[in-house]
Amino acid sequence: MTPLDSQPLVQVKNLTKHFPVLRGLVLQRQVGLVRAVDGISFDIQRGETLGLVGESGCGKTTAGRTLLGLYPPTSGEVLIDGQDMRHTRGPELMALRRKAQIIFQDPYASLNPRWTVNSIIAEPLRVHRLLPTEKERVERVKELLRLVGLSPTHLNRFPHEFSGGQRQRIGVARALASNPLFIVCDEPISALDVSIQAQVVNLLEELQDQFELTYLFIAHDLSMVRHICDRVAVMYLGLIVELAERNELYENPLHPYTAALLSAVPIPDPKQERARQRILLKGEIPSPLNPPSGCRFHPRCPLAKAHCAETTPAWREISPGHWVACHEVA
Amino acid sequence: MTETSPAPVSNIAALPLDQLDAPPLTLGRLAWLRFRRHKMALAGMALLGLLILYCVGGGFVFSEKYANYNDTSLALQPPSAAHWFGTDTIGRDILARTIYGGQISLLIGLTAVILEVSAGIVVGALAGYFGGWVDNLLMRFTEAILIIPQIFLLLVMAKFFAGDIPDINFLGREFSGSVIVIVVIIGLTSWPYLARIVRAEFLSLKESEFILAARATGTSTPEIIFLHILPNCIAPIVVSATLGVANAITLEAYISFLGLGVRPPTATWGNMLEGAYNYIESAYWMWLFPGLLILFIVLAINFVGDGLRDALDPRSRAV
Repeated sequence: MTPLDSQPLVQVKNLTKHFPVLRGLVLQRQVGLVRAVDGISFDIQRGETLGLVGESGCGKTTAGRTLLGLYPPTSGEVLIDGQDMRHTRGPELMALRRKAQIIFQDPYASLNPRWTVNSIIAEPLRVHRLLPTEKERVERVKELLRLVGLSPTHLNRFPHEFSGGQRQRIGVARALASNPLFIVCDEPISALDVSIQAQVVNLLEELQDQFELTYLFIAHDLSMVRHICDRVAVMYLGLIVELAERNELYENPLHPYTAALLSAVPIPDPKQERARQRILLKGEIPSPLNPPSGCRFHPRCPLAKAHCAETTPAWREISPGHWVACHEVA
Repeated sequence: MTETSPAPVSNIAALPLDQLDAPPLTLGRLAWLRFRRHKMALAGMALLGLLILYCVGGGFVFSEKYANYNDTSLALQPPSAAHWFGTDTIGRDILARTIYGGQISLLIGLTAVILEVSAGIVVGALAGYFGGWVDNLLMRFTEAILIIPQIFLLLVMAKFFAGDIPDINFLGREFSGSVIVIVVIIGLTSWPYLARIVRAEFLSLKESEFILAARATGTSTPEIIFLHILPNCIAPIVVSATLGVANAITLEAYISFLGLGVRPPTATWGNMLEGAYNYIESAYWMWLFPGLLILFIVLAINFVGDGLRDALDPRSRAV
């Protein structure tokens, strides 16, 4: 066992990603700043699934993409297997990219419509020169197709000939092709039918067991997150407000936002469902262009006090492994 | 109803799943199925085929020497059995000249479009993919060319390059070097439209998720541009190139009609019209035949372009 194995596979330290809003054709001036991700920190252990949940527009997807270096971070650090993408070049960077892959939400947009399934899945093999000959690559693609539950005879078909669930499986096969350690699953099931969602989630779980994969599972379906994730982070307006082990978070939510989110999950039992108390939040999610002062949640928070609007709450560990950013939590 | 219900359901279930699947339709086949439904496009393609046959096949019937042979004693003869399309002011056979002129016109159309498409793709792809100052620089340059009316630009360039142009020998044929000049100036003034189309396609495609997936994998930038994005904007490029051929043919006719284009004795449909200018009423055959040919080819190409536009639309999934 190398010392590397004892450290988390993914370490995110104070990561921020801001998008400038520019005006003007030639002489562009900055008229605003979208604080999509505004200082998040977390670790993901090897073989673990970390859930990242939050409303639309809270920065989940941006966080996932910045993690993989698809967007250059504004500040902060992302270490995957101990290395930062921004400080690696050439072959080292390629080796790092081989270790980290992504699965997208929309199975219609994430596959090149002009490429055959074979070329799509073989792309990582080709780019990383993992297998020297075309024949070996085709064999590997067939193996991957079988692995994700598709027929190897589908090799020379185009994405438009598949259903949404089948396309998502092609996306999974592509992500697996380079034998990665870490996969960012960016809402991999939200665009699928419920019956297909279960299939894809089970596939992801089986693959995780088989290949010891580490997932960052971005989603807004809280029941699905509870099913698949080991730990869950809740994001609100570019910040993580609470992070805890799965059962701890679902049974003992500390942050008022987490509590409100969880209260919105329907219970598949009509009696309990009728008795369910929903915490309704006031207003809309504020714009990340101009986030509220102090605690970002204070304009909508049922517990908000005067100081919440002034000081930013600290990121505290309330009980072992249960982190929260709120003034009002003891 | 019940008595007609077919029984052998079990036979179908016995087949392996893959044999039940419809045979795969390639993208090209899908496009052809859609193109076929466009009746005018099919007619246009047939007409285009006939015109190409006319220009190429006619070359085996008449020699180029015959097309350029003049005998003033035969000048301005109306169509007859000896000269189907009549003769021009210095007694050359118009039928033979439309054949050789058509070859030159087609050649000009095709090569000018190759130039136009290459320049348009390079400028559009660079501007669209890299964005920022590269985009700014290239697009302002493109707009600078666009604001000058193409006709003026063409005429000025034609005049400017119209010095002593040596004849050239290509594929065993002699023709005026002015053909090359016309090709270059048409190509160099037509690309801005295409560049803008390509840029727009690149702008939207570069943000798509399959490009992000490729970048996450580590695919190199040239591969992303040429293997991922470019094949996906092939539809507007093909349509625009097709229409560009018709455009180049009309532009050549225009410049040649004004006497700045291809020099005689090399015939083009355009400079044949120029020769007919003073005989519009007295010798209708001098302008009718080259004029009709220009009309037909432009019409045919435009119909084909329309059909391609519908057939290649990636958003249209209907067959």
